[in-house]
Amino acid sequence: MKILVQTDPFDLGAEVAAMSRGRTDIGAIASFVGLARDMNEGSGVAAMTLEHYPGMTEKALAAVVDDACSRWTLLDVTVIHRVGRLLPGDPIVLVAVAGSHRGEAFDACEFIMDYLKTQAPFWKKEETMEGDRWVEARASDDAAAARWQAS
Amino acid sequence: MKLRVLYFARLRERFGVGEETLDFAGATAADLVAHLQTRGGVWAEELAAGRAFRMAVNQDVIALDALLPDNAEVAIFPPVTGG
Repeated sequence: MKILVQTDPFDLGAEVAAMSRGRTDIGAIASFVGLARDMNEGSGVAAMTLEHYPGMTEKALAAVVDDACSRWTLLDVTVIHRVGRLLPGDPIVLVAVAGSHRGEAFDACEFIMDYLKTQAPFWKKEETMEGDRWVEARASDDAAAARWQAS
Repeated sequence: MKLRVLYFARLRERFGVGEETLDFAGATAADLVAHLQTRGGVWAEELAAGRAFRMAVNQDVIALDALLPDNAEVAIFPPVTGG
C-alpha cells in the first residue's frame, strides 16, 4: 500500500509499473487519474488551490483503502493526492488498484475514488474571472458514495 | 478542559483564524459549537443550526453529541471537496 499527499506531480506509468515490479501474481491493475478542469459551474477556472488537514488526510485515506481491502481481495493499492496550486490540465489524484482479476480492481478503484471524495479532508478553491470561490460539496458525490452501502 | 481547535478552508478564512487553544467548560461537540456561536458575527452565522459543517476529534469525524476528551484536537470544517 502506498498513500501519499504531496505538492509534486506524479507519474502514472511509473506508479503502475512499481506495483507489479518483481511479482507475477497480479492479473489486473485498474487506475484512475483526476485532472483539474478549466471550467466549473459555468465559469472559467484559471487555477485551483487544494487545502487539506495534515495528519487527518493520511488517516482518512488509509481508512478508505482499508475499507476497500475488506470488501475485495486486493494485491496492492496506490493513492496519491496533490495539494497546493494547480492549473487546468494538471493531475490532482491517482488511484491504482492491483488484483488477481479485473473485476475487483475496477470496482475497488471506483469505490476508493467515491469514498475519497466524501471522506478525505481536502478543499478546493477556484480562481475565476468573478473572483476566488470555494467549491461546494456536491450531492451527486454523496450519492455515488452511498450506492456502495446498498450493495 | 483544554482544547486545540482547528479551522479549515472557507471557515478558516471567514473566522480569520486557523488554530486556537481554548479553556472550555462544556462536555460535547455541541457544547463547543454553542460556545463559539456566542462570539456572534461570522461565528454565529457559520455555525448556526442547519449550516453544513463537519467536526473531527483527534482526526476522526464525529457527531455533535460526541464527548470531547481533555487536550483533544478538534477540527471544524466545511464538507470536503477533494478528488
